[in-house]
Amino acid sequence: MVGPGLGAAPLENANPLIYRRSGERPVTAREEDDELPDAIDDREIFDLIRSINDPEHPLTLEELNVVEQMRVKVDDAQSTVSVEFTPTIPHCSMATLIGLSIKVKLLRSLPERFKLDVHITPGTHASEHAVNKQLADKERVAAALENSHLLEVVNQCLSARS
Amino acid sequence: MAGPTGGARHRGCARPCARGPVCARGRPAPQAHVTAGTAPAQAQAGCGGRAAALRAGVMAAAGAEALAASVRDFVSGQQDGRAAEVAAGVKDGRWTVLQLVEALGFCLENTDPRMRGRGIQLLSQVLLQCYSLLQEKEVLHLVLFYESRLQDNHLVIPSVLQGLRALSMCEVLSPGLAVSVLKAIFQEVHVQSLLQLDRHTVYSIITNFMSTREEELKGLGANFTFGFIQVMDGEKDPRNLLVAFQIVHDLIAKDYALGPFVEELFEVTSCYFPVDFTPPPNDPHGIQREDLILSLRAVLASTTQFAEFLLPLLIEKLDSELQSAKLDSLQTLTACCAIYGQKELQEFLPSLWSSLRREVFQTASEKIETECLTALRALSACLSRSVLSSDSEDLLDSFLSSILQDCRHHLCEPDMKLVWPSAKLLQAAAGASLRTYHRISHSVLPLLLEQYTKHTQSSQRRTILEMLLGFLELQQKWGHVEEGFLSSSNLELVVDHLIRLALHEEDSQSSEAAMEAAGSLAPTYPKVFSGHMVPRLEEELQSEREESHHKRHSLQQRCLQALAAVSTHTSIVKDTVPILLQHLQKVQKGTEAKNTQDVISVCLSLHRVALQCQQDAEGCWYFHQTVVPCLLAMAVQAAMPESTHTLPGKALLEEEVLAAMIPVISAATTHLSPELAAQSVSHVVPLFLDGDVSFLPQNNFPCSFQPFGDGEHLEAQRRLVALLMAFVCSLPRDVAIPQQEWLLRELLALSCSSNCPFTATTAAKCFAGLVNKHPAGQQLDEVLQLAVNRMEPSLAEGPRRTQALTLLLWVTKALVLRYHPLSSCLTDKLLGLLGDTELGPATADGFSLLMAESPDVLHKGCHADVRIMFRQRFFTDNVPKLVQGFHGAGPDVKANYLKGLSHVLNHLPKPVLVTELPTLLSLLLEALSCSDRVVQLSTLSCLHPLLLEAPQIMSLHVDTLVTKFLNLTSSPTMAVRIAALRCAHALTSLPTTVLLPYKGRVIRALAKPLDDKKRLVRKEAVAARGEWFLLGSPGR
Repeated sequence: MVGPGLGAAPLENANPLIYRRSGERPVTAREEDDELPDAIDDREIFDLIRSINDPEHPLTLEELNVVEQMRVKVDDAQSTVSVEFTPTIPHCSMATLIGLSIKVKLLRSLPERFKLDVHITPGTHASEHAVNKQLADKERVAAALENSHLLEVVNQCLSARS
Repeated sequence: MAGPTGGARHRGCARPCARGPVCARGRPAPQAHVTAGTAPAQAQAGCGGRAAALRAGVMAAAGAEALAASVRDFVSGQQDGRAAEVAAGVKDGRWTVLQLVEALGFCLENTDPRMRGRGIQLLSQVLLQCYSLLQEKEVLHLVLFYESRLQDNHLVIPSVLQGLRALSMCEVLSPGLAVSVLKAIFQEVHVQSLLQLDRHTVYSIITNFMSTREEELKGLGANFTFGFIQVMDGEKDPRNLLVAFQIVHDLIAKDYALGPFVEELFEVTSCYFPVDFTPPPNDPHGIQREDLILSLRAVLASTTQFAEFLLPLLIEKLDSELQSAKLDSLQTLTACCAIYGQKELQEFLPSLWSSLRREVFQTASEKIETECLTALRALSACLSRSVLSSDSEDLLDSFLSSILQDCRHHLCEPDMKLVWPSAKLLQAAAGASLRTYHRISHSVLPLLLEQYTKHTQSSQRRTILEMLLGFLELQQKWGHVEEGFLSSSNLELVVDHLIRLALHEEDSQSSEAAMEAAGSLAPTYPKVFSGHMVPRLEEELQSEREESHHKRHSLQQRCLQALAAVSTHTSIVKDTVPILLQHLQKVQKGTEAKNTQDVISVCLSLHRVALQCQQDAEGCWYFHQTVVPCLLAMAVQAAMPESTHTLPGKALLEEEVLAAMIPVISAATTHLSPELAAQSVSHVVPLFLDGDVSFLPQNNFPCSFQPFGDGEHLEAQRRLVALLMAFVCSLPRDVAIPQQEWLLRELLALSCSSNCPFTATTAAKCFAGLVNKHPAGQQLDEVLQLAVNRMEPSLAEGPRRTQALTLLLWVTKALVLRYHPLSSCLTDKLLGLLGDTELGPATADGFSLLMAESPDVLHKGCHADVRIMFRQRFFTDNVPKLVQGFHGAGPDVKANYLKGLSHVLNHLPKPVLVTELPTLLSLLLEALSCSDRVVQLSTLSCLHPLLLEAPQIMSLHVDTLVTKFLNLTSSPTMAVRIAALRCAHALTSLPTTVLLPYKGRVIRALAKPLDDKKRLVRKEAVAARGEWFLLGSPGR
């Protein structure tokens, strides 16, 4: 079963490099003003995905540097979002699953008008194109979420840690 | 069910039963006696003889016939109620127990076991009520009778046991009988094939004897222990287990002989570990999993004799996959460490350490991590306690060595995952004892200092500093140990780094960590910090060299914070306070907005210093004596009428500045001893009443100080009543205030007459603060009457209705807090004002003031008289009136009542709110439709905790709640949209089955706020929608 490694089974890489979490976004006076509109910006998209749990480690994608704010691009006016993610190792077997989790999180969290593009940071994974193709295929994403086992793992990645 | 876990350990009923009499069970009794051999036959004969002896004592009495009739009705007529009549007859002496036995004769010898059973049942029920009336001789005969009946048919046994239970409570039981009864039970009864209630009876008999016949039972030696092991072996019912565990615990605690049965006793209890039991829903017995866990743990951790068996079991369960098993093992290990020593632990230390390390390194659960660290601390403490013989190995040393060996090198990689788990393990071990602290810190502190210089990135340094701080805080736990671990050159290096980080580090969290560290170290090395750090901070604070204005300002802010943070020792406080006051003098002179902010910053620092001084009497008095007169002098100076300056021109007189000075004066006053407080009050009150400025440091003022005088030009001076309030309302309650009645009259007059809202409110608060502490009696009544007389006409009409309302609110609060009888009359006035079109909304807001904790006056910290249940009491007294008022109110003022109500509910402790909810819920739901956004907001914030804590009640209204919350997510007010989305989120804590029918609708509706124009609203919508998606979905 894919899930957080518990108990006696050792992890492949028990001591990965940890990156610092960015703090909560400070609330500005402008944001508290009832009248002024706030555009959806890169940081807002990054905040949606940075706390997704890694399927293997009890760590977030941000802490493992799988997602970074500089690899998130949003154009609110054109309604497009592009996210690049970087697997921790080039043969990471979880790459598709991580991409799927990001995609599902964005689908659930963004207005329908947005067109989403989630893909692997170029040159960081052995099966980059295959994974990107799967993630871009709406029907395959929908089919994956019909699979209750996959859905369970994705939901675990998206659940708030207790 | 709470069954033994693990097939191999379960040795319950499956074991072949070798006990003879059990084989006879189920056959008619007489044949049983014949066929079961000679011994039972003799017993039967003996029994018959004894029954005859009992009968011989019976005298024909008037009641005999009535008794016989009752017995017949009970036995043949199945009328259970007769037992009570028969027992009553014994109690009031109409017949004796012996006569009852006589009357029962026919059925006790009947061949039908049901008849015999019924007869014995009656006798046992009567004995349970009348055992205290029995004579020693009677008890003897009854015991012998019942013992012989233990061999009877199984249908009879439950009643026999009830009888024995009654007899086990007799005080007149002859020596030897307790042992005889227990032997008979151990020998004749196969307890685990009885029903739950009957097994419980056996445990009760044993418990009764253990509490009254301890010496006799101990005479049985290990046989008693063995007998009990057989009784409880295979027990499955949680109710019985709780009793059985208690018995085992007493066996061990009261030092009964365990003999060769230690391992058996361990096995028969440890087979339930870890407890796996979920109480059935609606369980009437109320036994929780936690009850069983704790009582089993009390047994397992009660003796060192179990150690060799228990420790391997704990390690095995700690290595399993089950979280609950891990937790239970860790907590049990911690409990064991309280009584274990080196001898018990020695063999298992390597395995224990490796399991603990693995869990802390790998677990995702904070709870497990915490319990691991607690267990490691307990283990280290246990090893620290043991006395060493000169030639044995120092186990503590080798244990700590292996911890250091496995963890120390991870501290050198501040970016890697294992750095914190390693630091926490080391800190847990170091926190166990002074010895462990020395051993660990001598190895780790130099390493951390070295790593600090090696790593240059601020995030790495911050991690290292935070670890260092953790170790330093442990040092404080062991008191001020010798200063040895930092050499003076190292120390200066540390101080240099701390100054640089505190002042110049861009990352504010790192800067704060450095200030914290300085504050922790300063009490250990006060001279170094006074001599080295404080002068540097002073220099930087006064420096003019930084070219950019903005940079200089932020550097000054850091200096002010650092000066406060490092003031954790009285000798340092005496250096920093003058610097802060001098800086205050300097910045208060300007008139720009920036000066206001600067003055506030100094006040914040002074406040922090005041709080840090409070526990030290010398520091506290120094601070009070130095700071309070100085602040008053500056304020009086600023308030002197001058032709050139109009009122708002001076920073010190700004409302927000005065508001920042209040906590400084208050914190400098609350902890004074009564003598010193009395000394201070004898200066401050005359300053305000008589204008006596002689005690102020600079007292050469151009005009007199008359804050209670008349005239436009004194407006500025009146504002300083705020400082009087800060002082006089923070005094300990037993400090007498000179000229108090005069002062109260002046405050009352000012609160009603001032046109400045700040001054009027402050005077009202000061009046209320004093009234709250005023001793009850005629004087207080007069003052209050005076206040009511002033308020009433102003409230009724005229230009000062608002001031009068403010005064009414504060005085009401002062009296509500102390349960003063007048409070209900004043509260009724407020309730009446809710219907006032002009004052209604302000009155409704005032209910928040009544219920909330006020920051500056009338709270426990400033010694106010606050009854802990005042909110509940206010709720009980006034909510029915609010509800009634709401129903009777006109449409234009209805919202006032709802607002008042929601303020009261909002401040009610949640458990009380949850119990009071059902009566108010319909009103709250109605309030959600109210168009007033304040009502909407406070109703939502009231419902939010209820959704989380009373999901069952809220489930009944799910339809209304969903609809109203979703409607409010499109409110024009951002705060309402946010609150509505939070409630929509909190709905997900209702039972999933209740919510699933709404899932599609809610997810669709929440798509809209995902595109809200405000970011803060989108954030809540994302959280709520995400949680609704997970409902009823796998992996939630």
